[in-house]
Order: sequence, then C-alpha cells, then structure tokens
Amino acid sequence: MNEQTRRFLVVGAVGLVVVFALVWSALGQMEGFWVSGSALGAWFAAFLTLSILSFLYDDNPFYRFAESLFIGVSAGYWMVQGIWQQLIPNMLGRLAPGFVNEHLAQVPLEVDPVDRGMALVQLVLGCLLLWRLAPKGTWIARWPLAVIVGWAAGTNLTRYLVSDFTKQVSPALIPLVEPSQTAFLGIDWIGTLTALVTVFGLLAALIYFFFSVEHKGFLGQVSRGGIWILMITFGAAFGYTVMGRIALLVGRMEFLFVDWLQVIGP
Amino acid sequence: MERLQAIDRRWIFLFIMLAVVIPLAFDLTIDEVATPEVQAIYDRIEALPPGSNVLLPFDYGPESEPELQPMADSYVRHLCRRKQKLFFMCLWPTGQAQTLKTVDQVLEQEFSDYSYGRDYVMLGFRPGGQGVIQVVVTDFRTLYQSDVEGTPIDEIPMMQNVKGLKDMDLILNISGGFPGLKEWIQFGGDRTGVPVAGGVTAVQAPLLYPYYPRQLSGIMGGLKAAAEYESLLIQGYSEAYGTETERFAAIRRMGPQTLAHLVIILFLVVGNVAYFASRGSSGERLKSLEK
Repeated sequence: MNEQTRRFLVVGAVGLVVVFALVWSALGQMEGFWVSGSALGAWFAAFLTLSILSFLYDDNPFYRFAESLFIGVSAGYWMVQGIWQQLIPNMLGRLAPGFVNEHLAQVPLEVDPVDRGMALVQLVLGCLLLWRLAPKGTWIARWPLAVIVGWAAGTNLTRYLVSDFTKQVSPALIPLVEPSQTAFLGIDWIGTLTALVTVFGLLAALIYFFFSVEHKGFLGQVSRGGIWILMITFGAAFGYTVMGRIALLVGRMEFLFVDWLQVIGP
Repeated sequence: MERLQAIDRRWIFLFIMLAVVIPLAFDLTIDEVATPEVQAIYDRIEALPPGSNVLLPFDYGPESEPELQPMADSYVRHLCRRKQKLFFMCLWPTGQAQTLKTVDQVLEQEFSDYSYGRDYVMLGFRPGGQGVIQVVVTDFRTLYQSDVEGTPIDEIPMMQNVKGLKDMDLILNISGGFPGLKEWIQFGGDRTGVPVAGGVTAVQAPLLYPYYPRQLSGIMGGLKAAAEYESLLIQGYSEAYGTETERFAAIRRMGPQTLAHLVIILFLVVGNVAYFASRGSSGERLKSLEK
C-alpha cells in the first residue's frame, strides 16, 4: 500500500466519523458543535482524540497537527504557570510588593528583609542562568546550575537515606518462619513462604549486582536466581503499565462514545 | 503459523478497541474483592474519629484522570460520610482543577451539609514540589497566606487550630507522578509520623509497594484498586449507594479493562504458540536440508 493510499484511508476514516457525528447531531441524538461553547469544546476534543488515535494506523497530518498543538499548548501553559506562580509572587512580590499588589497580583505588603535579600539572590542567579544564551561567557551559567544541583542533592540526600535505606532495611530483617496458633504444625505457611521469598529474593537480587567476585559455582546459581527475581519484578511493572494504558484508553472511549457521540448511555 | 506471526499490528489495535467498546455498550461489570492494601485505607478512614483533619493533596492532572479521579471521588465520599475535615492542596498546578471537579461533582452535590471553611478548605497549588512539603511540615502559613479564593488563612475557621503537617491525622494523597506519594512519604510521613496513604497510577504502583505497610498505611494502584475501593464503599454504605452503582466510574471501567486484558493475554498465547511452532518446523526443515 503506497503512502497516498494510506493517507486517503486515514482522511476517509476521520471524515466518515465527522460526517456520522454531523448527521447524528442534526437528528438531535447528540449536541451539535453550534449549540454551545462546551459542545464546540467537546467536538474539538473529539477531533484531537481521533487525530492522535489515527497514528495507530499510520503517521498522518492529523496526528502531526494534534501532536504539535499539544506540545505548543503544554509549553505555553508551563511558561504562564512559571511566571504567575513563581516569578511574580515569589520574586517580584518580595522585591517590589507595592507595585505587584497594585498592578499584578495579591501579595503580602510587608516583606521580611531576609526574604527580600533571598529574592535578590534568586534574581541574580536567574540572570546568570540566562547567560547561557549570551555569545560569550556561557560558563557563568554553570554557577546557578551548581546551586540548583547542590540544593537538590542536599534536600534529597537525607530523606532518601532515611526513607529509602534505613527504613527499608528493617522490614527486610524478618523471621523466616511465621508462627501460628491454629495452622498445621503451628506454622503460618503462607506467611512463611512470603518471608522466605522476600529474604532470599532480596539476597539473590543483591548478589546479582555484586561484581567484586566472579559469578561462578554457588554464587553463580544465586545470581541466576537474582536475574529471575528481577525479571519477575519487571514483568509485574510492565503488567501494571499495560493496565494503566488500557485505563486511559477506556477513558478516551468513554469520552468518544458516551460524552460526545452519546451512542452509549452514561 | 507463519501468517499468525506476521499479523498486522493494526488488527491487534482493532481487537483491543472492540474489547473496550463492547463492554462499555453492554455495561459489563465485574465483582471486585478488596486486596489488603486497599482494605487498609478503608479501615484507616473508618477508624478515624469524626472531625479528624485529613490532608488531601491531589497531585495529578487530566492525563491520568480515568485512573485517579474515581479514587479522589471515593475518598471524598468516604471522608464526608465519616464527617471528617478535608484540607485540599496540590503540588501540581493541574491538581487544582481536579480538586474543583471533585468538590463540584461529589462534595457539593452529595453533601450539601458540608460548608466551606468549616468542613473543607481548598488551599490550592504552591510551586516547589517536595520543598512545599518541607515547609508545611512546620507551618502552612509560610506558603499559604490565603486559600484559593484569596481569603486570608487566619479568617478560615477550620485553619484556626492547624499550624503544620503534624496537626493532620492522615495524609491521603493522589499521585500522577513527581512530586507525589513518594515525596509525601519521604518528606511528610516519615518526618512527622503522620500516617500516609494514597492512590497512584498503575505505572507508579510497583515502585511504591516496598513502602507498604510500615511507611505507607495503604496503597491503591490504578483502576483495579479504585474499583475495589468503590465496591468497599457500596458494601459499607449500602443504604446510600446500594442501588446507585452507576456513579462509580472505576467499577464501570473495569469491564472493558478486564476484556482488554483477556484479548492481550490471548494474543500473547497465540503469538508464542505460533513462534514455537514455526521454530520447530524451521528446525526440522534445517535438519532435512543437512541430510
């Protein structure tokens, strides 16, 4: 099938849906885009959804239009958020609270001198970061970058060390046999199996990443067990990912057939 | 068999689409049984005395709405039934719109006795990710001088006795990514000792299970867990929801989800059978050529 035929098929399919929707709304079975602003929004959202889904057949101009629009809108949205949520209240609002309060946004008029000094530091560092665009002295931009990296490392290090290391070690040190008053031989067999899988799975996975000793003999066997544990983990993660993606597809199909076309009842 | 291996991927897409649309059309639903980690959240809320302070950070956007909005709605329904005080906030700018959606469609529609400022407050979005959590651990007022409507925090009755995160009885987060539940555990729960629980997208769930049950009181991963929670609500509050299951979006979506999974499993099995069968026949062909 050549490129032209593929394009014809995609355009034909999208066109068919649009014609169906027009006839369907003319018959009063769904809201036409001319009825209200929200109906027009729903039609446009449906068009964009179909355009994105058309990529499943093949690359085409509808898909590229929807993709470019999404990227553009996202970039614009985050830029506006950055200006109105960060720059104006957190920096300008501290440097010139009177002006900001009068012309831009509601901010506290009384600012602590330390906060004002910090805002000035932020302004200087922000300007230095933009120095990267200058024709000369682009190395200057590395200084504010160093501050950002340093802040992130300092902030996260202790919390990761506590939450992801020390607090994770203690739950791994568990008894291998779970006692039970009522179960056969006084052992909770499910609990024991869980404890065994947890402890030996953890050890096997750790040994797989222990490269100081060659993985031969007993260590090699345990290391192979570690690969199995990792593969099962990746499989579970992939299964969850599939579930998540299908859930999003269900959401889009609900929108198309229930909210937009209204051929399926809510 | 070789033809099966060379099947056009677009046929698979078509089958998946049909597997999603047909159960939607026929309203196919499946009975859900709650897993322990979902039951733990339900039990935790049930155990809270009425009037407890519950922080609800909604850290997600419309891109993960099909999975997470049912969780948000269920949490609010459950908390309102238990007469808790709700403090909404978000670390994502898009979270505010999602909060409004739940407040408009669930809280104000179904719980008319709930009053703004007395029973619930929307603190809104503040930029800074985990930095925001670090600040509100000690004092909300450092970042939140006013709520989303511009009302000064000190004029809001339910904020009178709230200073920092330690004044909360539960942090119930809904997370679509970073910053989200992981950051609430690391910077909020682990630091203050306030119990943390929450719902996340299915993609994040495997990364958060290691925190359960010591650092995370309960976890809901994806649409399946949302449907389990909804079924718990229907069972627990049958007098309110017994005959109105159509308002529970996750249960409705689990029919298409299950059928789509079955189709994927079917294609996996068929693909593997075709692969091994063709490998066997090509091996025999090689042997005959060698002879």
